[in-house]
Amino acid sequence: MTILAIDNLRGGYSEVDILNGIDLSLSEGEILTVAGTNGAGKSTLAKAIVGLLPRVSGAVRIDGRDILGLPAEDRIGLGIGYVPQVANIFPSLSILENLQVVQGVKDHKARIAELFALFPLLGERRRTRAGSLSGGERQQLAFARALMPRPKLMILDEPTAALSPARVADVFSLIARLPSLGVTVLMVEQRARQALAISDRGCILDGGKVALEGAATTLLADERAAELYLGRGRTEG
Amino acid sequence: MDAYLAAIAIIALIYMLLSLGLTLQYGLTGLINFGHVGFFAIGAYTSALLSLQGLPLALTIPAAAVTAGLAAWPIGLISLRLRDDYFAIVTLGFSETVRLVITSEKWLTNGVQGIPGIPRLFETISVGIGAQLAVMGVILAVTLVAIYAMRRIVASPFGRVIEAIRDNEEALQALGKDPAGFKIQVLILGSALAGIAGAFYAHYITYIVPDQFIPLVTFYVWMAIIIGGVGRVSGAIVGTGLLMLFLEGSRFLRDIVPGVSEVEMASLRIGVVGLLLVLFTIYRPQGLMGDFTKR
Repeated sequence: MTILAIDNLRGGYSEVDILNGIDLSLSEGEILTVAGTNGAGKSTLAKAIVGLLPRVSGAVRIDGRDILGLPAEDRIGLGIGYVPQVANIFPSLSILENLQVVQGVKDHKARIAELFALFPLLGERRRTRAGSLSGGERQQLAFARALMPRPKLMILDEPTAALSPARVADVFSLIARLPSLGVTVLMVEQRARQALAISDRGCILDGGKVALEGAATTLLADERAAELYLGRGRTEG
Repeated sequence: MDAYLAAIAIIALIYMLLSLGLTLQYGLTGLINFGHVGFFAIGAYTSALLSLQGLPLALTIPAAAVTAGLAAWPIGLISLRLRDDYFAIVTLGFSETVRLVITSEKWLTNGVQGIPGIPRLFETISVGIGAQLAVMGVILAVTLVAIYAMRRIVASPFGRVIEAIRDNEEALQALGKDPAGFKIQVLILGSALAGIAGAFYAHYITYIVPDQFIPLVTFYVWMAIIIGGVGRVSGAIVGTGLLMLFLEGSRFLRDIVPGVSEVEMASLRIGVVGLLLVLFTIYRPQGLMGDFTKR
């Protein structure tokens, strides 16, 4: 069943279009990696889906409902979780307070307990100021917070950016677990090979358009994709 | 001497209310308000004018809070979506506009001549230390209520959201919250506190003129919260207390520093405050009580 359908999505921050007509769809329980060179429009696409891009046209449908006209706060209410790139926690608040910021969650306390069971390290350090966490721990907190309202779709914007190589694998294994929690994932990622390795499908953006799309294994084996976007034989991470 | 100390305490308490308002706006929410004195002035003139029409102070002081809060509302609506530095310039411009309006609208404010004869709090008590202590007690009570309310705000869901705005607005938007609505509420609440401070000031000094509401007042409040510790209620209290102690205490320095005139001493004091501020931001940027980055 299609959970996210994007039709002819165009838009940008000012007059210039960064997204130039993107068509994309995502089925329930899938992990989709969106890769591409710098400036291809990956993060802009993520922002457009969650409602943080000032100027957009086309259609973004969640379960068949067009949400493009809705403000960001209403989209989150429809079950979209978003983890922004790098600065995605509230550093002066404690771990617990970072989760408590999310309001309107049914059984708030029970949900926090569930997430602490899922992320034991966060539970053990719940009173610790989030600003004192390491990069990997911060990313865990950002994921936990995005999971608070029980989203059915999570948009991850470069979840491994600014992480040490040792922590990158941890974050990818965390993302790989999300479908088992009932969460469909659209992940924008620079480390395309590693991301595709845990994904069902992938798409590669170029100039604000989908240049290539297909099964993750097919893209990883695709000569053109490797040549142009994924870095042939390059060791990542 | 008792009356002098009571006078210093009253002014310090009035500044504490201003500092608490700015702590709510900048310390907790990250709003750079360089126009705090504008709301202080609105509160002072509102309460003064209404009381001169015969209204009781029990009504005019809340009216000052409401007027200052309402004045903040359109400022928030039109400018809070601007970047931080632009918002700071807008608020500075606003406070200067307020000063120009009260200077030029003579029919209402008596212009540069100011408003004399503003009713005092506890006018029935004869002038003297008794009246001073009664006034101090009322302002202290209001300040304590404001401190209690601030502490409740910090511990509330609303407090967590505004601190999240200060920390990372985009991450908050990613959670489906609209920061602008929260920022407007904070701007209104902090400005209402400044309005109450203004009302107390007018009824204590009993004579107000536009020149009492210059940007220096705003920057004294900024100094107080920076010295005390940004984002801490205790920082606002300690910082204001110390700043007032220095500003008043340094008046006596002239007695021990020969050859310095009154005017030179006034400039010297401001220079020393500026130097202290520079030293604080270099050597103790978190302030005396520690700022919001420490727990």
